[in-house]
Amino acid sequence: MVTATQREITEPANIGWEQRKRKLLPYAYLSPTLILLAALTVVPILTVFLYSLVDNVIVNPNPPNFVGLENYEEVLTNRKFRGALSNTMYFAIVSVVAHFIIGLAFALLLNSRLLSANVKAIFRVIYILPWVFTASIIAILWRLLLNPHGVVNFVLLELGLVPELLEWLSDRKLALNAVTFINIWSGYPFYLVSFLAGLQGIPDDLYESGRVDGGNAWQLFLHITLPQLKPIIISLALLDFIWTIHQFTLIWMTTGGGPLRSTEVLSTYTYKAAFSSHEYSIASTIAMVILAICTFVAIFYVRSQRMTDE
Amino acid sequence: MIGSRRQILIRKILVWIALILGACFAGLPVLWMVSSSFKSNLEIFAYPPALIDYSFSFQAYQAVLSDPGQLRFFFNSYLVAILVTICTVITSILAGYSFSRYDFRFKRILNLIIIGVQSVPPITLMIPYFGLIVWLGIYNSYAALVLTYMVFTLSYAIIMMTGYFNTLPRDLDEAVMIDGGGSFVTLWRILVPISLPGIVAVGVYTFMLAWNEFLFALTLTRTNDMRTVPIGIHLLMGQHSFEWNQMLALSVLGSLPVLVLFLLFQRYFIAGMSAGSVKG
Repeated sequence: MVTATQREITEPANIGWEQRKRKLLPYAYLSPTLILLAALTVVPILTVFLYSLVDNVIVNPNPPNFVGLENYEEVLTNRKFRGALSNTMYFAIVSVVAHFIIGLAFALLLNSRLLSANVKAIFRVIYILPWVFTASIIAILWRLLLNPHGVVNFVLLELGLVPELLEWLSDRKLALNAVTFINIWSGYPFYLVSFLAGLQGIPDDLYESGRVDGGNAWQLFLHITLPQLKPIIISLALLDFIWTIHQFTLIWMTTGGGPLRSTEVLSTYTYKAAFSSHEYSIASTIAMVILAICTFVAIFYVRSQRMTDE
Repeated sequence: MIGSRRQILIRKILVWIALILGACFAGLPVLWMVSSSFKSNLEIFAYPPALIDYSFSFQAYQAVLSDPGQLRFFFNSYLVAILVTICTVITSILAGYSFSRYDFRFKRILNLIIIGVQSVPPITLMIPYFGLIVWLGIYNSYAALVLTYMVFTLSYAIIMMTGYFNTLPRDLDEAVMIDGGGSFVTLWRILVPISLPGIVAVGVYTFMLAWNEFLFALTLTRTNDMRTVPIGIHLLMGQHSFEWNQMLALSVLGSLPVLVLFLLFQRYFIAGMSAGSVKG
């Protein structure tokens, strides 16, 4: 009797447990990811936000006071911040546009039917080469080349393109363009790789019918290639824009934001505020502004991803 | 095509000119770095510059490779990158399996969050990380680097892994399930072995990201025995006298692992890249 009732009770419960287990299983597989992201993304972001609302943190032993949006007011009206913001935007926008143009030009070149497969394979490796190097090595490499007594100045001077030896990275008027150029050199292969994959996905029939309609090479490019690559272009550009705003190492190791803050970007500015001046509340406020900019762009990125998913 | 033979020849020549100009833009800076690493420090900025000069020697490489401090940077970089790769691959396989094979209530929103994590600026996380890592008692340790690196390797890895699992037919795992295998057995015995190309792509990409990381390594380590190669280069740069040839030799040696991985796994890598980031 006892065992019979027990079975009656436990069996439905078992089914319930099985169902619950099935429901919980996907979360179980995700649990390492979720724990890590909660501990190292969600909590830290909330912490930064909290830091940005108080007047002193970490270094000062006095308990912090809640100051509302005062820090934001202070940061947003600060001339140094505005300088860093405009440098960041210049750096990011010029980089993205140049990456796109160079990446597409190289992809079209490597896709040319006039070249044999072996030639393409060799040149593909050379063209992707800048991508293999980490930012700190790229910084060393270009400090070597752009040194006033370096090879770039030598070549330009010999060709008569510059009147004298230029201080590419320590001249206030040149430095921002120099670091932007370095970033362009190091970042275009990401586009190249994606465009190569994209170009191979465009069916030949499209070009055939375009030619039958009498289109020349330029028209084919404008009316077939570009529209076909559009979804790739949009997500690449958005992602690259976000990554370029994140860029810290390259600028830190070439100019450190100088001379006279002429290459100061938001990330180097935040780093200095936190780890040189120990103004953690101000640094957190700038960090929140960067996060807001990136999140704004990311919304469009996530949307473009979903569009291509469905 | 309409063009005459001559026209095709002209176009071919133009394509080759563009191809070589492009190769100079991409390759010459790298070539200059490699050649300079064989010069003596006095000849680095010699006038007129030469690709190879009389001072050619392996002296800078010997100096790097015989310095235990600098070898330690390599050991640290390898150890951290390998640990990050193993942890990321395992975690992303589990997460990718969940996203690819199950429907659950918060799937969509969790998926969006994981895509969105890619846009969180490392510098924003930096400030709280410092406090968090000190609080956890792992400041200046490998654990600090492995944990924080995973934040930015994981989201990419999960997107790539989910994409790969999605290309495999569901019939495969259902057959095993009917035979009485649990979901974990299915994943481990069936999906993982046939997903090897995808796993390799995820692994290589993760290794590259971890090998190259700079900001977290700079702020979360204090002593030289915990520093990685990129920070080692930074330290050489901060010294009073610039040992250019040594910095360049260290840079060349520091790039080799990624270069070799890239050349070996190019095919997987490019396929995984384009499947992961941009679903064209």
